[in-house]
Amino acid sequence: MRIELEKRARVSTLFSIISPLLALLLTLVFGAVMFWFLGKPPLGSLYVYFIEPLLEVWSLHELAVKAAPLILIAVGLSICYRSNNWNIGAEGQFTIGAITGSILPVLYPEWHSWAILPLMMIMGMIGGAAYAAIPALLKTRFNTNEILTSLMLVYIAGLFLDWLVRGPWRDPKGYNFPVTKSFQVEAVLPEILDSGRAHWAFIFALVAAVALWFMMRFMLKGFQVSVLGQSERAGRFAGFSARRMVWFSMLLSGALAGLAGISEVSGSIGHLQPAISPGYGFTAIIVAFLGRLNPLGIIASGLVLALTYLGGEAAQVALEISDKAARVFQGMLLFFVLSCDTLIHYRIRLVLAGNQTKEVKA
Amino acid sequence: MFEAILLTVITASTPLVIAALGELVTERSGVLNLGVEGMMIMGAVCAFATTQMTGSPYIGLLAGIAGGAAFSLLFGFLTLTLVANQVATGLALTILGLGLSGQLGEMFVGKPGIKLQPIVIPLLSDIPFFGRVLFAQDLTFYLSVALVIGINWFLFKSRTGLKMRAIGDNHGSAHALGINVIRTRYLAVMFGGACAGLAGAQLSLVYTPQWVENMSAGRGWIALALVVFASWRPWRVLAGGYLFGAVTIGQLHAQAFGIGVPSQLLSALPYAATIVVLIIISHNRRTTLINTPASLGKPFVPDR
Repeated sequence: MRIELEKRARVSTLFSIISPLLALLLTLVFGAVMFWFLGKPPLGSLYVYFIEPLLEVWSLHELAVKAAPLILIAVGLSICYRSNNWNIGAEGQFTIGAITGSILPVLYPEWHSWAILPLMMIMGMIGGAAYAAIPALLKTRFNTNEILTSLMLVYIAGLFLDWLVRGPWRDPKGYNFPVTKSFQVEAVLPEILDSGRAHWAFIFALVAAVALWFMMRFMLKGFQVSVLGQSERAGRFAGFSARRMVWFSMLLSGALAGLAGISEVSGSIGHLQPAISPGYGFTAIIVAFLGRLNPLGIIASGLVLALTYLGGEAAQVALEISDKAARVFQGMLLFFVLSCDTLIHYRIRLVLAGNQTKEVKA
Repeated sequence: MFEAILLTVITASTPLVIAALGELVTERSGVLNLGVEGMMIMGAVCAFATTQMTGSPYIGLLAGIAGGAAFSLLFGFLTLTLVANQVATGLALTILGLGLSGQLGEMFVGKPGIKLQPIVIPLLSDIPFFGRVLFAQDLTFYLSVALVIGINWFLFKSRTGLKMRAIGDNHGSAHALGINVIRTRYLAVMFGGACAGLAGAQLSLVYTPQWVENMSAGRGWIALALVVFASWRPWRVLAGGYLFGAVTIGQLHAQAFGIGVPSQLLSALPYAATIVVLIIISHNRRTTLINTPASLGKPFVPDR
């Protein structure tokens, strides 16, 4: 028995919609199997993981808190991946954005003005974009592979943050903990509603997603992204510059990752510390693909992945399953998304021995 | 003193060399597997767990190889059979590997490991200076050298190696000539996985004989950079691997001596060195194009 692929004459709209849902379903099935192996009730565990967090107001707020950075980063990455620029260092751009955005509250804790917050956000975006500019420059100038350089920069950014909060930026009154001074009230991103912790980062995420959706759908720039991503040669004939697209997509995704970084630090943590992200920059890659690299789809997939973080925390308490299970879920999800996407472009046939062809999926 | 430093450099370089050699073979067949980090960490956890259960690090080593190869099959199925995007699937392999290994290894955190003991070769190890350094090592070091020689012979002297390079350079033509592209690529991907698994096993059995989550710490990615650095040639992988090993050990010693530079910035050195090396090697667009397997990362669907 073997599997044969046959190219579809045109992209299947039906499977474009079904494929992410199918991937989710497969992940749930395999997740249940995993829980069963761990000796936990499969259905009960799935309930704790994926339903219970949706039933209470405070946990819906937590969902928005976790979804915000994922969506912000992922919409930027979707532009990168669509244009065939593989920025996988968003985690590093997130970290540097958090650092540059924190310069004002850390160095000027006595400055009480409404202007500090917008300045922090802008500086965070500049920091993230500048950090993403390094792989962009290396790619355009030296032809260096952006996958490897952007990833190496993640480790460097993490070590740099570690040095800052243990060294020059450490709060002298912090009982020797590696943290900066807590930000002044004016430097904390306000909550959206009175009922919980969700803060303005979620609004930023929605605005960014809608804006980029509009760009991809209705603006020339969006068209350039798609054309250059599908065929650089075709793009050149149309007079589009692949080099400029490297800069555009990397700076854009870097800026959004930087904004996510400073929003997270300002809105959720309130100071800088060695660990500011549970891998948002990497999980956002999954978010981008689950959302089919479509900014509006990414809003939905960001909420789904945020749910795996929340479910992971809930399961740790209720079922004594380690929080690593969440990462397994996320990894499985990406695998199933990628395999289900095959159905969009190809028909799949199972060929049984003896040349009997059996159509399995039309 | 110098001998001791050299010994630690070898231990730090061996996993990089082995993992990069495996990836070199995979890429020579035209497949870009970015999941080295994930396969490596799976090899590390399989090797450590098996060693704990059987008491024999050699069985552990085998388990590491098998674990890496089995894990790479997942990548093979997606990219070769289902023609999924290789870059994205490689990333998925790394993310899944880091998660799965954390879950599997949870019960082994903090347990004392069993170290793979060196095999001292009689007579040869009595040669002054070089004898102790080169002939009193553990099995993984000997394997790494054997792999360099073996792969070099396979790629450039054997018929199968020639066919594999042909696939990597033009899978369409190779297919037209009747070479089984998909099968060869499956084998190449699994070889890469086995090597990454072996490299991971070296980490949890020799380099730091214990299980720590994320203990591969980016070495899989450095191995990927090494392949580019080596312009897809086995001997250069060996040279490059030792260069990186030397940088890693050098910065550790610098930290121990306390030369006044913050330790975090020294720890960043191997990663920064990787970037610098990539710049030097890639800046000449033409030589890069000549060396890179032409079909690298491109999807292949056989026409029937």
